[in-house]
Amino acid sequence: MMPDLGKYAQAVLSSYAVSITLLVLLVGISVLRARKVRRELAETEQRVRRNG
Amino acid sequence: MASIWEYANPKKFIETTDRLLPWFSALALLCLVVGLVWGFFFTPDDYKQGSTVKIIYLHVPSALMAINAWMMMLVASLIWIVRRHHVSALAARAAAPVGAMMTVIALATGAIWGQPMWGTWWAWDPRLTSFLILFLFYLGYMALWSAIENDDTAADLTSVLCIVGSVFAVLSRYAVNFWNQGLHQGASLSLDKEENVADVFYHPLLMSIAGFVLLFVALVFLRTQTEIRARRMRALVARERLQ
Repeated sequence: MMPDLGKYAQAVLSSYAVSITLLVLLVGISVLRARKVRRELAETEQRVRRNG
Repeated sequence: MASIWEYANPKKFIETTDRLLPWFSALALLCLVVGLVWGFFFTPDDYKQGSTVKIIYLHVPSALMAINAWMMMLVASLIWIVRRHHVSALAARAAAPVGAMMTVIALATGAIWGQPMWGTWWAWDPRLTSFLILFLFYLGYMALWSAIENDDTAADLTSVLCIVGSVFAVLSRYAVNFWNQGLHQGASLSLDKEENVADVFYHPLLMSIAGFVLLFVALVFLRTQTEIRARRMRALVARERLQ
C-alpha cells in the first residue's frame, strides 16, 4: 500500500506530517475558541438580562 | 435577490454561515482527503524530482491560499474603510491566522523540498524572500489587532497595514516573473495548458487546491462568527461596567 518513496522518503513524509499537524492544530484551535466564546457570550447575556 | 450588504448585519451573517458551515467543512474534508490520498498513493514519481513531487499537493495549495487570504483581507479591509461594516473588518481579522498558517506550511514544505532538490533549506531568492516578508506582515497584522483596545481604531490601522502588505502578496505571486532570477521555478498552474504540470499530477493537485480553498472559507466563516460574538461580549461587559 505504501508507495516506495526512495531516498526522498524522509522529505516527503516530514512534509505531510508537518502540514497535516499544522492544519489539525489550526482547525482544533478555531473550534475550541468558537465554543469557548459562544459559551462565554451566553453567560454574559444571561447575567446582563438578570441584572437588568 | 438579496443584496450582499445584508450580510453586513452580524445576525444575518451568523444565521447564513451557520447553515453553510457544515457543507463547506464536509466538502473541504472530502476534497482534502481525496486530493492528498490520490497525490500521495496513486501518482508516479517525477523523472527529475523523484518522489518529492508529492510535496506539491501541500506546497502549491498552501502558497496559493497564503496569497489569496491576504487578498481577501484586502477586499474586506477596503469594505471596512469605505462602508464601515464591522463584519468585514472582523472577517479580515478572522482570516489572518489562517493565512499565516498557510504561509508557514508553504515555507516549511518549500524548505523541506528545497533541501534535497536545491541542496539548501533556504535561499534569498525573490519569491522566498517576498513570502517571508508576507509572513512577517501576517504577524504584524495580528499583533496590531491585539495591541489596540478600541475595535474601530484597530480595524482602521490594520486596514492600512493590509493595503501596504498587499504589495508583498502580489510580489510573492509574481516575483519569479518580475526578476526572472533565483532558484524558484515559475507557476505550477497556468491558464496556458502548455505550462501546466502533467495531467497525472494536475488533477489531484486541483482536488487538493479545492480542499484548501474550502477549508479556508469554512475556517473564515467559523472564526468570523467567533469574532462577532467576542465583539458583542466586549460591548456587553463595557456597558455593564458603566452601569
